[in-house]
Amino acid sequence: MSQDQGAEVVLRLDRITKRFGALTANDAVSLDLRRGEVVALLGENGAGKTTLMNILFGHYVADDGGVQVFGQPLPPGNPKAALAAGVGMVHQHFTLAGNLTVLDNIRLGTEGLWSRGAHGARAKVERLSRDFGLAVHPDAKVSRLTVGERQRVEILKALYRDARILILDEPTAVLTPQESDALFATLRKATAMGLSVIFISHKLHEVMAIADRCIVLRHGRVVGRVDTHATDKAALAALMVGGELSLPRAKARAAGAPLLRLDAASTPDRGAVPGLKSVTLELRAGQITGLAGVSGNGQAALAEIIAGLALPASGAVQLHGAAVRDWSPRAALANGVGRIPEDRHHQGSIGDFDLTENAVLESYRTRFSRRGWMDWRAARAFAEEIIKGYDVRCPGPETRIRLLSGGNMQKLILGRAMASSPDIILANQPVRGLDVGAIAYVQSQLIAARDRDAAVLLISEDLDEIMGLSDVIHVISEGRLSPGFARGTMTAADLGLWMAGQNFGDTHAA
Amino acid sequence: MRLEPIAAPSTARRLGFPALALGATLAVAMTLALIAGANPLAVLGQIVTGALGSKLAVLETLNRATPLIFTGLAVAVAFRAKLWNIGAEAQLYAGAIMAVVLGTGALGSPLVLPVSALAAMLAGAVLLLGPVLLKTRLGVDEVVTTLLLNFIMLLLVSYLLEGPMKDPMGMGWPKSTALIPEARLPRIVEGLRLHWGFALAIIAAIVVWVIQTRTTLGFEIRAVGQNPEAARFAGMPVNAILLKTALLSGGLAALAGWSEVAGLKGHLSQDLSPGFGYTGIIVAMLALLHPLGVVVTAIFVAGIFVGSDAMSRAAGVPTYIADMLMATALLCMVLAILLTRFRVVRG
Repeated sequence: MSQDQGAEVVLRLDRITKRFGALTANDAVSLDLRRGEVVALLGENGAGKTTLMNILFGHYVADDGGVQVFGQPLPPGNPKAALAAGVGMVHQHFTLAGNLTVLDNIRLGTEGLWSRGAHGARAKVERLSRDFGLAVHPDAKVSRLTVGERQRVEILKALYRDARILILDEPTAVLTPQESDALFATLRKATAMGLSVIFISHKLHEVMAIADRCIVLRHGRVVGRVDTHATDKAALAALMVGGELSLPRAKARAAGAPLLRLDAASTPDRGAVPGLKSVTLELRAGQITGLAGVSGNGQAALAEIIAGLALPASGAVQLHGAAVRDWSPRAALANGVGRIPEDRHHQGSIGDFDLTENAVLESYRTRFSRRGWMDWRAARAFAEEIIKGYDVRCPGPETRIRLLSGGNMQKLILGRAMASSPDIILANQPVRGLDVGAIAYVQSQLIAARDRDAAVLLISEDLDEIMGLSDVIHVISEGRLSPGFARGTMTAADLGLWMAGQNFGDTHAA
Repeated sequence: MRLEPIAAPSTARRLGFPALALGATLAVAMTLALIAGANPLAVLGQIVTGALGSKLAVLETLNRATPLIFTGLAVAVAFRAKLWNIGAEAQLYAGAIMAVVLGTGALGSPLVLPVSALAAMLAGAVLLLGPVLLKTRLGVDEVVTTLLLNFIMLLLVSYLLEGPMKDPMGMGWPKSTALIPEARLPRIVEGLRLHWGFALAIIAAIVVWVIQTRTTLGFEIRAVGQNPEAARFAGMPVNAILLKTALLSGGLAALAGWSEVAGLKGHLSQDLSPGFGYTGIIVAMLALLHPLGVVVTAIFVAGIFVGSDAMSRAAGVPTYIADMLMATALLCMVLAILLTRFRVVRG
């Protein structure tokens, strides 16, 4: 990874400005990317990273400023031009056709409908996958690949189109630590061959590990340009949020009685997503139980059971020591289960409803209605209470929730879940996509709930989060649950092996 | 070209585009009149006077608006829950049949009117229940089932009018026996043609509005319509709410047929509804599914139909112009609503 200041500038964003109404998403953002370097684009959610990349890629048209690739200006609003100029993007959510083979996916859209030439294409793909260390079989069906392998296909797709500039949007969000290391090895090979990479990430330690330079965005503006070897994680975090900030770390505590227990719970597989395989799990009072694992390994099925949406096909669920029979979201709520859903847009809130309506979504029947009539005055007061108590930044309770940032939306959902003083709390990816300030707030609320003797289940793909908060850590892989590991007994690498599913055979033998 | 959402549309935008849509509709109407060989401005004038020019014209417009308010409400209630009830026409006929079944001597005063109204609502509700159960249990698309029920219902009416319900004194015409006087809806003012069905329609609109904004059921219906997954997650019984919505929607549509028979016609015939069930969809969409807005748009739509009839007699332009106007108004309005919420970006 060279950092030759004299190296050719392959990509130049020149004073890009983009406004959406009153919001300035990008304010005169400039960026130079040189041949053979990795530049990290860092910033909280809403800082303008995605907007900037969408402009570069032609999805948006900038109000001001221009893009140059290899010295040539790029016509605005034309994704094909960006592709043709040698810019390849790997999106966070893959754009692959599951029922086609790897080779077909790579050729899809590059070649004419009737062209024959699979042979040449195969040779090229095989060469690329060898050169860049992207091991994946060209004839494998994409639907059978792991997430890490799919990402390799996406990168291969960009390389196949002769991309000289790779943009990776949060590439490690879906990977195990081992898969991330493999990705970094690929990126190092790519830069050694003269490619350039823009790496968008939240994870500071990854940025420190892979990037040569780092550009920090805040509120649409560049607030820092630093060489990674001349800085550290704390300094980068401070730049991102504009002040010193420490994420909460929970102190250990003695656990209480088990409040919720799954006994050999199994659920059917759903297509490629495995169901639970005889999972036994205890959530104890006064304890945060962390569930680590790569997404799509059965977390959703487990979360559905606890949220009241489903019962396992076999096995038992015990709540406060009694077997659960009639199970529904309402039953869960009535039995003191507070839920923070994984998808706050689709499950947790109704976008065009205002904050009042969203605040009472779970309790309107029990607390805010009399003989079928809504008590909107009380509902509004309740919403105002949450807004104040949980620091939801908004113009008022009549605001439609879709206009709120992710962090403020999540605070409202958190406040709604906590309002009934639940003693069991399901927190499914509670801080995903939030900015650092909101993350600290949500996490401290979970710790506070635990200190009130609630049993908290924290499901997360972020190992730092799991290790920082959990009193007990389980790993889920292919629907199987690891034994519980007490705080501090496992390293990230140990957990990574469990996430990759390597130790499960041993436990069965033992 | 792409569409970019606008977070908070300005007032100018929210009023300007619908006004533009109205202007475009008028322009199309005048062009059509010109093609038909008439003076465009005169045609417009005749439509307006035909709809509103005299007391008689106004009352005729309100009479015509009555079934449209009921079917418009039925559609608005269902669409609010994203329940695509295209079968208001069938439910209307279900209500009309009940008006005849109970209103031709089976019941006497004072029971006959309230009982036949309730029976009509029940019949319409039950008719929509089937498609909704198929939707919630088996995932069958209700657009298809409710639409096809319209044709089944028309055939049933045709059978009834040629068979069991046929008026023996009807000189062979396919129409039902006339309702007894006690089963007829009285006129609001004696001597004028406007019947109590119109007042009931207004009351129904207010009731629906109150249900939507003030009751838990209304809150549930809106929540299920906006985001069924979030509603389910929050503990709402989504399928039960859809069933209740269907009962309300089917019942409202049935009242359209009931009030046409009991208020206006006095008997059932196959031409009872010139597509009130389908026009109800236009009425509801133009009103943006707002129940009070439905009253306004129903009167507007009825006015265009009544006015076009009058204009056609005077200017010799075919009444099809009314249908084309409706279609243009709906398309322009849908486009206008889109443009208030999104801006078009080139590239």
